[in-house]
Amino acid sequence: MTLWEFVGDRWSRLAIEAYQHASVVIQCTLIAAVIGILIGVAVYRSPLGSIVATALASTVLTIPSFALLGLLIPVLGLGVAPTVTVLVLYALLPIVRNTIVGLGGVDAAVTDAARGIGMNRVAVLTRVELRLAWPAILAGMRVSTQMLMGIAAIAAYAKGPGLGTEIFSGLNRAGAANATNQALAGTIGVIVLALVVDGLYLIIARLTTSRGIRG
Amino acid sequence: MAEPSVAIELDEVTKRYPGQREPAVDGFTMSINPGEITIFVGPSGCGKTTTMRMINRLIEPTSGRITIGGEDTLSLNPDELRRRIGYAIQQAGLFPHQTVAQNVGVVPGLLGWSKAKIAERVDEMLSLVGLDPGEFAGRYPRQLSGGQQQRVGVARALAADPPVLLMDEPFGAVDPITRGNLQDELMRLQAELHKTIVFVTHDFDEAVKLGDRIAVLGDRSTILQYDTPEAILANPADDTVAGFVGAGASLKQLTLMRVRDIEMAQAVTATEDESPATVRQRIEAEGRRYALILDKRRRPLRWVHFRQLTGSSMAGIGRPVGDQVSVQSTLQDALEAMLTEGGDAVVTGNRGEYVGTVQLDTVVTRIRELREEHAS
Repeated sequence: MTLWEFVGDRWSRLAIEAYQHASVVIQCTLIAAVIGILIGVAVYRSPLGSIVATALASTVLTIPSFALLGLLIPVLGLGVAPTVTVLVLYALLPIVRNTIVGLGGVDAAVTDAARGIGMNRVAVLTRVELRLAWPAILAGMRVSTQMLMGIAAIAAYAKGPGLGTEIFSGLNRAGAANATNQALAGTIGVIVLALVVDGLYLIIARLTTSRGIRG
Repeated sequence: MAEPSVAIELDEVTKRYPGQREPAVDGFTMSINPGEITIFVGPSGCGKTTTMRMINRLIEPTSGRITIGGEDTLSLNPDELRRRIGYAIQQAGLFPHQTVAQNVGVVPGLLGWSKAKIAERVDEMLSLVGLDPGEFAGRYPRQLSGGQQQRVGVARALAADPPVLLMDEPFGAVDPITRGNLQDELMRLQAELHKTIVFVTHDFDEAVKLGDRIAVLGDRSTILQYDTPEAILANPADDTVAGFVGAGASLKQLTLMRVRDIEMAQAVTATEDESPATVRQRIEAEGRRYALILDKRRRPLRWVHFRQLTGSSMAGIGRPVGDQVSVQSTLQDALEAMLTEGGDAVVTGNRGEYVGTVQLDTVVTRIRELREEHAS
Protein backbone atom coordinates (compact mmCIF):
# COMPACT_ATOMS: atom_id res chain seq x y z
CA MET A 1 0.00 0.00 0.00
CA THR A 2 1.34 3.43 -0.86
CA LEU A 3 0.94 6.40 1.46
CA TRP A 4 -1.80 7.76 -0.82
CA GLU A 5 -3.73 4.54 -0.75
CA PHE A 6 -3.34 4.38 3.01
CA VAL A 7 -4.71 7.90 3.43
CA GLY A 8 -7.59 7.17 1.06
CA ASP A 9 -8.38 3.99 2.95
CA ARG A 10 -8.32 5.60 6.41
CA TRP A 11 -9.66 8.99 5.33
CA SER A 12 -12.70 9.19 7.62
CA ARG A 13 -10.67 8.31 10.70
CA LEU A 14 -7.79 10.65 9.77
CA ALA A 15 -10.23 13.50 9.14
CA ILE A 16 -11.79 13.11 12.58
CA GLU A 17 -8.35 13.02 14.21
CA ALA A 18 -7.22 16.05 12.23
CA TYR A 19 -10.35 17.89 13.34
CA GLN A 20 -9.74 16.90 16.97
CA HIS A 21 -6.10 17.92 16.68
CA ALA A 22 -6.93 21.37 15.29
CA SER A 23 -9.75 21.75 17.78
CA VAL A 24 -7.66 21.01 20.87
CA VAL A 25 -4.82 23.25 19.67
CA ILE A 26 -7.08 26.19 18.88
CA GLN A 27 -9.10 25.86 22.08
CA CYS A 28 -5.96 25.62 24.18
CA THR A 29 -4.49 28.67 22.41
CA LEU A 30 -7.65 30.60 23.21
CA ILE A 31 -7.60 29.57 26.87
CA ALA A 32 -3.90 30.45 27.03
CA ALA A 33 -4.65 33.78 25.34
CA VAL A 34 -7.21 34.70 27.97
CA ILE A 35 -4.91 33.68 30.83
CA GLY A 36 -1.79 35.12 29.16
CA ILE A 37 -3.35 38.49 28.40
CA LEU A 38 -4.70 38.72 31.97
CA ILE A 39 -1.21 37.96 33.33
CA GLY A 40 0.34 40.47 30.92
CA VAL A 41 -2.16 43.18 31.90
CA ALA A 42 -1.55 42.45 35.58
CA VAL A 43 2.22 42.79 35.41
CA TYR A 44 3.19 45.06 32.49
CA ARG A 45 3.39 48.23 34.58
CA SER A 46 5.86 46.69 36.99
CA PRO A 47 9.31 45.79 35.65
CA LEU A 48 9.79 43.20 38.38
CA GLY A 49 6.40 41.58 37.74
CA SER A 50 7.15 41.44 34.02
CA ILE A 51 10.47 39.71 34.63
CA VAL A 52 8.97 37.18 37.04
CA ALA A 53 6.01 36.34 34.78
CA THR A 54 8.23 35.91 31.72
CA ALA A 55 10.73 33.81 33.67
CA LEU A 56 8.01 31.49 35.03
CA ALA A 57 6.50 31.01 31.58
CA SER A 58 9.97 30.34 30.18
CA THR A 59 10.64 27.74 32.84
CA VAL A 60 7.61 25.75 31.69
CA LEU A 61 9.06 25.66 28.19
CA THR A 62 12.31 24.14 29.40
CA ILE A 63 10.49 21.06 30.75
CA PRO A 64 10.35 18.39 28.01
CA SER A 65 6.70 18.01 26.98
CA PHE A 66 6.92 14.24 27.22
CA ALA A 67 8.13 14.46 30.82
CA LEU A 68 5.48 17.02 31.80
CA LEU A 69 2.73 14.81 30.37
CA GLY A 70 4.11 11.80 32.20
CA LEU A 71 4.23 13.74 35.47
CA LEU A 72 0.63 14.93 35.06
CA ILE A 73 -0.90 11.54 34.34
CA PRO A 74 -0.82 10.42 38.02
CA VAL A 75 -2.44 13.70 39.02
CA LEU A 76 -4.97 14.30 36.25
CA GLY A 77 -5.38 10.84 34.75
CA LEU A 78 -5.38 10.10 31.04
CA GLY A 79 -7.12 11.84 28.14
CA VAL A 80 -8.24 15.45 27.77
CA ALA A 81 -7.32 16.89 31.17
CA PRO A 82 -3.51 16.40 31.04
CA THR A 83 -3.45 17.27 27.31
CA VAL A 84 -5.20 20.62 27.80
CA THR A 85 -3.13 21.45 30.87
CA VAL A 86 0.16 20.82 29.08
CA LEU A 87 -0.86 22.64 25.91
CA VAL A 88 -2.11 25.71 27.79
CA LEU A 89 1.07 25.87 29.89
CA TYR A 90 3.28 25.71 26.79
CA ALA A 91 1.20 28.29 24.93
CA LEU A 92 1.53 30.84 27.75
CA LEU A 93 5.08 32.10 27.24
CA PRO A 94 4.79 33.63 23.76
CA ILE A 95 1.46 35.20 24.65
CA VAL A 96 2.51 36.58 28.04
CA ARG A 97 5.78 37.91 26.66
CA ASN A 98 4.18 39.53 23.62
CA THR A 99 1.39 41.04 25.71
CA ILE A 100 3.94 42.65 28.03
CA VAL A 101 6.06 43.88 25.11
CA GLY A 102 3.00 45.10 23.21
CA LEU A 103 1.49 46.99 26.14
CA GLY A 104 4.89 48.36 27.13
CA GLY A 105 5.40 49.64 23.59
CA VAL A 106 2.33 51.89 23.64
CA ASP A 107 3.44 55.53 23.34
CA ALA A 108 3.21 57.25 26.75
CA ALA A 109 1.82 60.37 25.07
CA VAL A 110 -1.12 58.34 23.77
CA THR A 111 -2.06 56.94 27.19
CA ASP A 112 -1.51 60.34 28.81
CA ALA A 113 -3.88 61.91 26.28
CA ALA A 114 -6.41 59.12 26.86
CA ARG A 115 -6.39 59.77 30.62
CA GLY A 116 -6.34 63.52 30.08
CA ILE A 117 -9.48 63.61 27.96
CA GLY A 118 -11.39 61.61 30.55
CA MET A 119 -11.10 57.87 29.86
CA ASN A 120 -11.09 55.76 33.01
CA ARG A 121 -8.42 53.07 33.53
CA VAL A 122 -10.54 50.30 32.03
CA ALA A 123 -11.33 52.34 28.93
CA VAL A 124 -7.67 53.29 28.48
CA LEU A 125 -6.76 49.61 28.65
CA THR A 126 -9.52 48.17 26.47
CA ARG A 127 -10.03 51.00 23.99
CA VAL A 128 -6.46 52.13 23.55
CA GLU A 129 -3.67 49.99 25.03
CA LEU A 130 -4.94 46.50 24.12
CA ARG A 131 -5.97 47.68 20.65
CA LEU A 132 -2.48 48.95 20.03
CA ALA A 133 -0.83 45.87 21.55
CA TRP A 134 -3.13 43.54 19.60
CA PRO A 135 -0.81 42.84 16.63
CA ALA A 136 1.93 41.78 19.07
CA ILE A 137 -0.48 39.63 21.11
CA LEU A 138 -1.79 37.97 17.96
CA ALA A 139 1.77 37.27 16.83
CA GLY A 140 2.36 35.58 20.19
CA MET A 141 -0.76 33.47 19.73
CA ARG A 142 0.45 32.48 16.28
CA VAL A 143 3.76 31.25 17.64
CA SER A 144 1.93 29.37 20.41
CA THR A 145 -0.37 27.67 17.94
CA GLN A 146 2.56 26.49 15.81
CA MET A 147 4.28 25.11 18.87
CA LEU A 148 1.12 23.37 20.11
CA MET A 149 0.61 21.64 16.77
CA GLY A 150 3.73 19.60 17.44
CA ILE A 151 3.24 19.21 21.18
CA ALA A 152 -0.38 18.06 20.76
CA ALA A 153 0.92 15.08 18.77
CA ILE A 154 2.88 13.98 21.81
CA ALA A 155 -0.25 14.22 23.96
CA ALA A 156 -1.37 10.98 22.37
CA TYR A 157 0.98 9.39 24.89
CA ALA A 158 -1.55 10.38 27.55
CA LYS A 159 -4.37 9.14 25.33
CA GLY A 160 -5.10 12.67 24.21
CA PRO A 161 -7.09 13.31 21.04
CA GLY A 162 -5.58 14.08 17.61
CA LEU A 163 -3.19 12.96 14.94
CA GLY A 164 -0.59 11.92 17.52
CA THR A 165 -2.57 8.70 17.88
CA GLU A 166 -1.56 7.72 14.33
CA ILE A 167 2.07 8.65 14.89
CA PHE A 168 2.39 6.71 18.16
CA SER A 169 0.53 3.72 16.84
CA GLY A 170 2.69 3.69 13.69
CA LEU A 171 5.89 3.94 15.67
CA ASN A 172 4.81 1.23 18.13
CA ARG A 173 4.12 -1.15 15.26
CA ALA A 174 7.43 -0.39 13.51
CA GLY A 175 8.13 -3.07 10.92
CA ALA A 176 4.52 -4.21 10.66
CA ALA A 177 2.37 -3.60 7.57
CA ASN A 178 1.61 0.06 6.96
CA ALA A 179 3.38 1.14 10.16
CA THR A 180 5.48 3.75 8.30
CA ASN A 181 2.50 4.95 6.31
CA GLN A 182 0.54 5.42 9.52
CA ALA A 183 3.29 7.43 11.24
CA LEU A 184 3.87 9.48 8.07
CA ALA A 185 0.17 10.19 7.59
CA GLY A 186 -0.03 11.51 11.15
CA THR A 187 3.11 13.64 10.79
CA ILE A 188 2.21 15.13 7.42
CA GLY A 189 -1.29 15.73 8.69
CA VAL A 190 0.14 17.85 11.54
CA ILE A 191 2.28 19.85 9.10
CA VAL A 192 -0.63 20.50 6.74
CA LEU A 193 -2.85 21.57 9.65
CA ALA A 194 -0.14 23.90 10.93
CA LEU A 195 0.21 25.58 7.54
CA VAL A 196 -3.55 25.99 7.14
CA VAL A 197 -4.00 27.50 10.61
CA ASP A 198 -1.03 29.80 10.02
CA GLY A 199 -2.75 31.04 6.87
CA LEU A 200 -5.89 31.67 8.93
CA TYR A 201 -3.83 33.78 11.33
CA LEU A 202 -2.73 36.05 8.51
CA ILE A 203 -6.36 36.59 7.52
CA ILE A 204 -7.44 37.19 11.14
CA ALA A 205 -4.56 39.65 11.65
CA ARG A 206 -5.63 41.56 8.57
CA LEU A 207 -9.27 41.67 9.63
CA THR A 208 -8.72 42.60 13.27
CA THR A 209 -5.89 45.15 13.04
CA SER A 210 -6.77 48.79 12.39
CA ARG A 211 -5.44 50.20 9.13
CA GLY A 212 -3.86 52.96 11.19
CA ILE A 213 -1.37 50.59 12.84
CA ARG A 214 -0.97 47.88 10.21
CA GLY A 215 2.69 47.51 9.40
CA MET B 1 -20.57 77.84 22.36
CA ALA B 2 -23.05 78.83 25.00
CA GLU B 3 -20.91 77.95 28.02
CA PRO B 4 -19.70 81.10 29.70
CA SER B 5 -16.01 81.54 30.46
CA VAL B 6 -14.96 80.31 33.89
CA ALA B 7 -12.18 81.31 36.24
CA ILE B 8 -9.72 78.89 37.82
CA GLU B 9 -8.50 79.45 41.37
CA LEU B 10 -5.53 77.63 42.82
CA ASP B 11 -5.19 78.03 46.55
CA GLU B 12 -2.02 76.93 48.38
CA VAL B 13 -1.68 73.93 46.07
CA THR B 14 1.23 71.69 47.03
CA LYS B 15 2.54 68.48 45.56
CA ARG B 16 4.99 66.30 47.47
CA TYR B 17 6.31 63.05 46.08
CA PRO B 18 7.11 60.38 48.62
CA GLY B 19 10.82 60.08 49.29
CA GLN B 20 11.60 63.62 48.14
CA ARG B 21 12.51 66.21 50.71
CA GLU B 22 11.51 69.24 48.63
CA PRO B 23 7.94 69.50 47.36
CA ALA B 24 7.62 69.56 43.53
CA VAL B 25 5.09 72.37 43.81
CA ASP B 26 5.07 74.49 46.96
CA GLY B 27 1.99 76.43 48.03
CA PHE B 28 0.96 77.60 44.56
CA THR B 29 -1.74 80.27 44.69
CA MET B 30 -3.08 81.92 41.57
CA SER B 31 -6.26 83.30 40.04
CA ILE B 32 -6.61 82.50 36.38
CA ASN B 33 -8.88 84.93 34.58
CA PRO B 34 -11.87 83.59 32.65
CA GLY B 35 -11.64 83.69 28.87
CA GLU B 36 -7.95 84.50 28.82
CA ILE B 37 -4.83 82.63 27.78
CA THR B 38 -2.61 82.27 30.85
CA ILE B 39 0.89 81.01 30.12
CA PHE B 40 3.04 79.09 32.59
CA VAL B 41 6.57 79.68 31.42
CA GLY B 42 9.74 78.53 33.09
CA PRO B 43 12.80 76.35 32.72
CA SER B 44 12.51 72.57 32.33
CA GLY B 45 11.79 70.82 35.61
CA CYS B 46 10.42 73.89 37.40
CA GLY B 47 7.09 72.17 38.05
CA LYS B 48 4.98 74.07 35.54
CA THR B 49 3.62 70.90 33.93
CA THR B 50 2.99 69.33 37.35
CA THR B 51 1.04 72.43 38.35
CA MET B 52 -1.05 72.30 35.18
CA ARG B 53 -1.71 68.59 35.54
CA MET B 54 -3.09 69.14 39.01
CA ILE B 55 -5.87 71.28 37.50
CA ASN B 56 -7.39 68.23 35.74
CA ARG B 57 -6.14 65.89 38.48
CA LEU B 58 -3.85 63.83 36.26
CA ILE B 59 -1.69 64.53 39.28
CA GLU B 60 -3.49 64.70 42.61
CA PRO B 61 -2.44 67.62 44.78
CA THR B 62 -1.06 66.68 48.20
CA SER B 63 -2.80 69.67 49.74
CA GLY B 64 -4.57 72.83 48.71
CA ARG B 65 -7.70 73.62 46.79
CA ILE B 66 -8.45 74.11 43.09
CA THR B 67 -11.77 75.46 41.90
CA ILE B 68 -13.00 75.80 38.33
CA GLY B 69 -15.90 78.18 37.94
CA GLY B 70 -16.31 78.08 41.72
CA GLU B 71 -16.59 74.29 41.80
CA ASP B 72 -14.05 72.34 43.88
CA THR B 73 -12.33 69.88 41.54
CA LEU B 74 -11.72 67.42 44.38
CA SER B 75 -15.47 67.03 44.83
CA LEU B 76 -15.85 65.58 41.33
CA ASN B 77 -15.05 62.18 39.81
CA PRO B 78 -11.66 62.76 38.14
CA ASP B 79 -12.68 61.12 34.83
CA GLU B 80 -15.83 63.21 34.59
CA LEU B 81 -13.85 66.31 35.55
CA ARG B 82 -11.41 65.66 32.69
CA ARG B 83 -14.19 65.27 30.15
CA ARG B 84 -15.07 68.89 30.89
CA ILE B 85 -11.51 70.13 30.48
CA GLY B 86 -9.85 70.11 27.08
CA TYR B 87 -6.37 68.59 27.06
CA ALA B 88 -3.78 68.97 24.31
CA ILE B 89 -0.16 67.81 24.62
CA GLN B 90 3.14 68.01 22.82
CA GLN B 91 3.08 64.89 20.64
CA ALA B 92 -0.67 65.38 20.13
CA GLY B 93 -1.16 61.86 21.56
CA LEU B 94 -3.66 60.90 18.89
CA PHE B 95 -4.90 57.32 18.96
CA PRO B 96 -3.04 55.73 16.04
CA HIS B 97 -5.62 52.97 15.53
CA GLN B 98 -8.47 55.43 15.12
CA THR B 99 -9.31 57.72 12.24
CA VAL B 100 -9.17 61.48 12.62
CA ALA B 101 -12.96 61.54 12.95
CA GLN B 102 -12.93 58.86 15.68
CA ASN B 103 -10.17 60.70 17.54
CA VAL B 104 -12.09 63.97 17.52
CA GLY B 105 -15.31 62.21 18.51
CA VAL B 106 -13.87 60.43 21.56
CA VAL B 107 -14.96 62.84 24.29
CA PRO B 108 -18.47 63.44 22.89
CA GLY B 109 -18.71 59.64 22.73
CA LEU B 110 -17.68 59.34 26.39
CA LEU B 111 -20.33 61.92 27.23
CA GLY B 112 -22.95 59.80 25.48
CA TRP B 113 -23.81 62.05 22.55
CA SER B 114 -25.79 60.52 19.69
CA LYS B 115 -23.89 59.30 16.61
CA ALA B 116 -25.45 61.94 14.38
CA LYS B 117 -24.59 64.73 16.78
CA ILE B 118 -20.99 63.48 17.08
CA ALA B 119 -20.58 63.27 13.29
CA GLU B 120 -21.86 66.80 12.91
CA ARG B 121 -19.59 68.04 15.69
CA VAL B 122 -16.52 66.31 14.20
CA ASP B 123 -17.04 68.08 10.87
CA GLU B 124 -17.50 71.38 12.66
CA MET B 125 -14.34 70.93 14.73
CA LEU B 126 -12.18 69.89 11.78
CA SER B 127 -13.31 72.94 9.82
CA LEU B 128 -12.62 75.08 12.88
CA VAL B 129 -8.96 73.99 13.00
CA GLY B 130 -8.58 74.42 9.26
CA LEU B 131 -8.78 70.80 8.07
CA ASP B 132 -11.24 69.87 5.32
CA PRO B 133 -13.51 67.17 6.85
CA GLY B 134 -14.04 65.47 3.48
CA GLU B 135 -10.33 65.04 3.03
CA PHE B 136 -9.16 64.32 6.57
CA ALA B 137 -11.98 62.66 8.53
CA GLY B 138 -11.16 59.16 7.27
CA ARG B 139 -7.40 59.41 7.58
CA TYR B 140 -5.28 57.82 10.27
CA PRO B 141 -2.85 59.91 12.35
CA ARG B 142 0.22 58.43 10.67
CA GLN B 143 -1.06 59.80 7.35
CA LEU B 144 -0.85 63.37 8.73
CA SER B 145 2.03 65.81 9.08
CA GLY B 146 3.12 66.91 12.56
CA GLY B 147 1.24 70.19 12.21
CA GLN B 148 -1.93 68.47 11.05
CA GLN B 149 -1.70 66.05 14.00
CA GLN B 150 -1.49 69.02 16.38
CA ARG B 151 -4.58 70.55 14.75
CA VAL B 152 -6.48 67.29 15.23
CA GLY B 153 -5.22 67.23 18.83
CA VAL B 154 -6.68 70.70 19.42
CA ALA B 155 -9.92 69.71 17.66
CA ARG B 156 -10.20 66.66 19.94
CA ALA B 157 -9.55 68.81 23.01
CA LEU B 158 -12.29 71.24 22.01
CA ALA B 159 -14.83 68.73 20.69
CA ALA B 160 -17.07 68.64 23.75
CA ASP B 161 -16.88 72.45 24.05
CA PRO B 162 -15.14 72.49 27.43
CA PRO B 163 -14.90 75.93 29.06
CA VAL B 164 -11.30 75.21 30.08
CA LEU B 165 -8.42 74.08 27.90
CA LEU B 166 -5.06 72.84 29.20
CA MET B 167 -2.21 72.83 26.71
CA ASP B 168 1.17 71.32 27.54
CA GLU B 169 3.76 72.59 25.06
CA PRO B 170 1.37 71.70 22.26
CA PHE B 171 3.52 73.23 19.55
CA GLY B 172 6.88 72.10 20.92
CA ALA B 173 7.51 69.30 18.45
CA VAL B 174 6.83 71.02 15.12
CA ASP B 175 9.07 73.08 12.87
CA PRO B 176 9.24 76.85 13.46
CA ILE B 177 7.11 77.82 10.46
CA THR B 178 4.31 75.37 11.30
CA ARG B 179 4.60 76.45 14.93
CA GLY B 180 4.04 80.07 13.95
CA ASN B 181 1.00 79.10 11.89
CA LEU B 182 -0.45 77.03 14.73
CA GLN B 183 0.07 79.92 17.15
CA ASP B 184 -1.76 82.30 14.79
CA GLU B 185 -4.50 79.70 14.44
CA LEU B 186 -4.87 79.39 18.22
CA MET B 187 -5.18 83.15 18.60
CA ARG B 188 -7.84 83.20 15.88
CA LEU B 189 -9.73 80.36 17.62
CA GLN B 190 -9.48 82.05 20.98
CA ALA B 191 -10.83 85.32 19.60
CA GLU B 192 -13.91 83.32 18.63
CA LEU B 193 -14.25 80.89 21.55
CA HIS B 194 -13.04 82.77 24.67
CA LYS B 195 -11.93 79.64 26.51
CA THR B 196 -10.00 79.81 29.76
CA ILE B 197 -6.70 78.44 28.52
CA VAL B 198 -3.72 77.38 30.61
CA PHE B 199 -0.75 76.98 28.31
CA VAL B 200 2.61 75.57 29.41
CA THR B 201 5.76 76.41 27.47
CA HIS B 202 9.46 77.02 28.02
CA ASP B 203 9.59 79.40 25.06
CA PHE B 204 9.25 82.98 26.29
CA ASP B 205 8.63 84.35 22.79
CA GLU B 206 5.70 81.97 22.44
CA ALA B 207 4.43 83.16 25.82
CA VAL B 208 4.64 86.81 24.71
CA LYS B 209 2.88 86.07 21.45
CA LEU B 210 -0.02 84.04 22.85
CA GLY B 211 -0.45 85.12 26.44
CA ASP B 212 -2.97 87.53 27.88
CA ARG B 213 -1.10 86.97 31.11
CA ILE B 214 2.18 85.24 31.76
CA ALA B 215 3.30 83.51 34.94
CA VAL B 216 7.06 83.17 35.01
CA LEU B 217 7.78 80.20 37.26
CA GLY B 218 10.96 79.27 39.10
CA ASP B 219 11.97 76.20 41.08
CA ARG B 220 9.15 74.31 42.83
CA SER B 221 6.74 76.29 40.69
CA THR B 222 7.21 79.50 42.66
CA ILE B 223 5.65 82.46 40.87
CA LEU B 224 8.44 84.90 40.04
CA GLN B 225 6.14 87.26 38.19
CA TYR B 226 2.52 87.09 37.09
CA ASP B 227 1.47 89.90 34.82
CA THR B 228 0.68 90.95 31.27
CA PRO B 229 3.39 90.37 28.65
CA GLU B 230 3.77 94.15 28.28
CA ALA B 231 4.42 94.62 31.97
CA ILE B 232 6.88 91.74 32.23
CA LEU B 233 8.84 92.96 29.23
CA ALA B 234 8.85 96.55 30.44
CA ASN B 235 9.75 95.72 34.00
CA PRO B 236 10.96 92.22 34.88
CA ALA B 237 10.45 91.56 38.61
CA ASP B 238 14.00 90.33 39.25
CA ASP B 239 17.18 89.18 37.57
CA THR B 240 15.91 85.63 37.06
CA VAL B 241 12.88 86.89 35.17
CA ALA B 242 15.06 89.33 33.26
CA GLY B 243 17.34 86.45 32.32
CA PHE B 244 14.38 84.46 31.16
CA VAL B 245 12.94 87.36 29.18
CA GLY B 246 16.30 87.36 27.46
CA ALA B 247 17.98 89.99 25.35
CA GLY B 248 15.91 92.32 23.26
CA ALA B 249 12.99 92.90 25.63
CA SER B 250 12.26 96.21 23.89
CA LEU B 251 12.25 94.55 20.50
CA LYS B 252 9.78 91.99 21.87
CA GLN B 253 7.64 94.87 23.16
CA LEU B 254 7.38 96.07 19.59
CA THR B 255 5.67 92.83 18.61
CA LEU B 256 2.93 93.53 21.16
CA MET B 257 2.03 97.01 19.96
CA ARG B 258 0.15 97.87 16.83
CA VAL B 259 0.53 100.88 14.59
CA ARG B 260 -3.02 101.95 15.50
CA ASP B 261 -1.96 102.22 19.16
CA ILE B 262 0.48 105.06 18.57
CA GLU B 263 0.21 108.54 17.24
CA MET B 264 0.80 108.77 13.52
CA ALA B 265 2.49 111.65 11.76
CA GLN B 266 1.39 113.19 8.49
CA ALA B 267 3.69 113.66 5.51
CA VAL B 268 3.28 116.35 2.91
CA THR B 269 1.24 114.67 0.21
CA ALA B 270 0.86 115.49 -3.46
CA THR B 271 -0.88 114.06 -6.48
CA GLU B 272 0.70 113.37 -9.83
CA ASP B 273 -1.27 116.02 -11.69
CA GLU B 274 -0.13 118.89 -9.49
CA SER B 275 2.65 121.18 -10.68
CA PRO B 276 6.03 120.56 -9.07
CA ALA B 277 6.32 124.22 -8.11
CA THR B 278 3.18 124.17 -5.90
CA VAL B 279 4.31 120.98 -4.20
CA ARG B 280 7.74 122.46 -3.55
CA GLN B 281 6.10 125.52 -2.01
CA ARG B 282 4.07 123.31 0.31
CA ILE B 283 7.13 121.37 1.38
CA GLU B 284 9.03 124.51 2.16
CA ALA B 285 6.09 126.08 3.95
CA GLU B 286 5.95 123.06 6.26
CA GLY B 287 9.69 123.06 6.73
CA ARG B 288 10.04 119.54 5.35
CA ARG B 289 12.20 118.03 2.66
CA TYR B 290 10.11 115.23 1.21
CA ALA B 291 6.61 114.85 -0.17
CA LEU B 292 4.66 111.63 -0.68
CA ILE B 293 3.04 111.27 -4.09
CA LEU B 294 -0.32 109.50 -4.06
CA ASP B 295 -2.31 108.07 -6.96
CA LYS B 296 -5.93 108.93 -7.71
CA ARG B 297 -7.19 106.52 -5.08
CA ARG B 298 -4.79 108.01 -2.52
CA ARG B 299 -2.48 105.01 -2.53
CA PRO B 300 1.18 105.91 -1.88
CA LEU B 301 3.46 105.84 -4.94
CA ARG B 302 6.78 107.63 -4.42
CA TRP B 303 8.75 109.82 -2.06
CA VAL B 304 10.06 112.93 -3.77
CA HIS B 305 12.76 115.29 -2.44
CA PHE B 306 12.13 118.99 -2.87
CA ARG B 307 15.26 119.41 -4.97
CA GLN B 308 13.83 116.96 -7.47
CA LEU B 309 10.84 119.25 -8.04
CA THR B 310 12.35 121.34 -10.81
CA GLY B 311 10.76 120.00 -14.00
CA SER B 312 7.32 120.67 -15.39
CA SER B 313 5.65 117.37 -14.41
CA MET B 314 5.48 115.12 -11.37
CA ALA B 315 5.52 112.00 -13.57
CA GLY B 316 8.34 109.58 -12.92
CA ILE B 317 10.30 111.56 -10.35
CA GLY B 318 11.19 110.38 -6.84
CA ARG B 319 11.84 107.02 -5.18
CA PRO B 320 9.11 104.35 -5.16
CA VAL B 321 7.65 103.47 -1.75
CA GLY B 322 8.75 99.93 -0.91
CA ASP B 323 7.74 98.42 2.43
CA GLN B 324 4.43 99.71 3.77
CA VAL B 325 2.60 98.80 6.95
CA SER B 326 -1.09 98.72 7.82
CA VAL B 327 -2.75 100.01 10.96
CA GLN B 328 -2.94 96.41 12.22
CA SER B 329 0.79 95.84 11.72
CA THR B 330 3.00 95.50 14.77
CA LEU B 331 5.51 98.19 15.61
CA GLN B 332 8.14 95.58 14.82
CA ASP B 333 6.92 95.53 11.21
CA ALA B 334 6.91 99.33 11.24
CA LEU B 335 10.48 99.43 12.50
CA GLU B 336 11.48 96.95 9.82
CA ALA B 337 9.88 99.18 7.18
CA MET B 338 11.73 102.22 8.58
CA LEU B 339 15.04 100.40 8.41
CA THR B 340 14.58 99.17 4.85
CA GLU B 341 13.08 102.46 3.63
CA GLY B 342 15.60 104.63 5.43
CA GLY B 343 12.97 107.00 6.78
CA ASP B 344 9.39 107.17 8.03
CA ALA B 345 7.20 104.10 7.46
CA VAL B 346 4.13 104.68 5.32
CA VAL B 347 0.87 103.44 6.87
CA THR B 348 -2.03 102.37 4.70
CA GLY B 349 -5.63 101.58 5.52
CA ASN B 350 -7.82 98.64 4.55
CA ARG B 351 -8.08 99.59 0.88
CA GLY B 352 -4.40 100.46 0.59
CA GLU B 353 -5.05 104.18 0.97
CA TYR B 354 -2.53 106.42 2.73
CA VAL B 355 -3.42 107.20 6.35
CA GLY B 356 -0.17 108.50 7.86
CA THR B 357 3.42 107.70 8.70
CA VAL B 358 5.23 106.25 11.67
CA GLN B 359 8.37 108.03 12.82
CA LEU B 360 11.24 106.47 14.71
CA ASP B 361 10.96 109.09 17.48
CA THR B 362 7.37 108.12 18.18
CA VAL B 363 8.34 104.46 18.60
CA VAL B 364 11.25 105.31 20.89
CA THR B 365 9.04 107.57 22.98
CA ARG B 366 6.31 104.94 23.28
CA ILE B 367 8.78 102.29 24.54
CA ARG B 368 10.16 104.75 27.08
CA GLU B 369 6.65 105.63 28.27
CA LEU B 370 5.84 101.94 28.74
CA ARG B 371 8.92 101.43 30.86
CA GLU B 372 8.07 104.38 33.03
CA GLU B 373 4.45 103.31 33.33
CA HIS B 374 5.33 99.81 34.59
CA ALA B 375 8.23 100.96 36.75
CA SER B 376 5.92 102.84 39.07
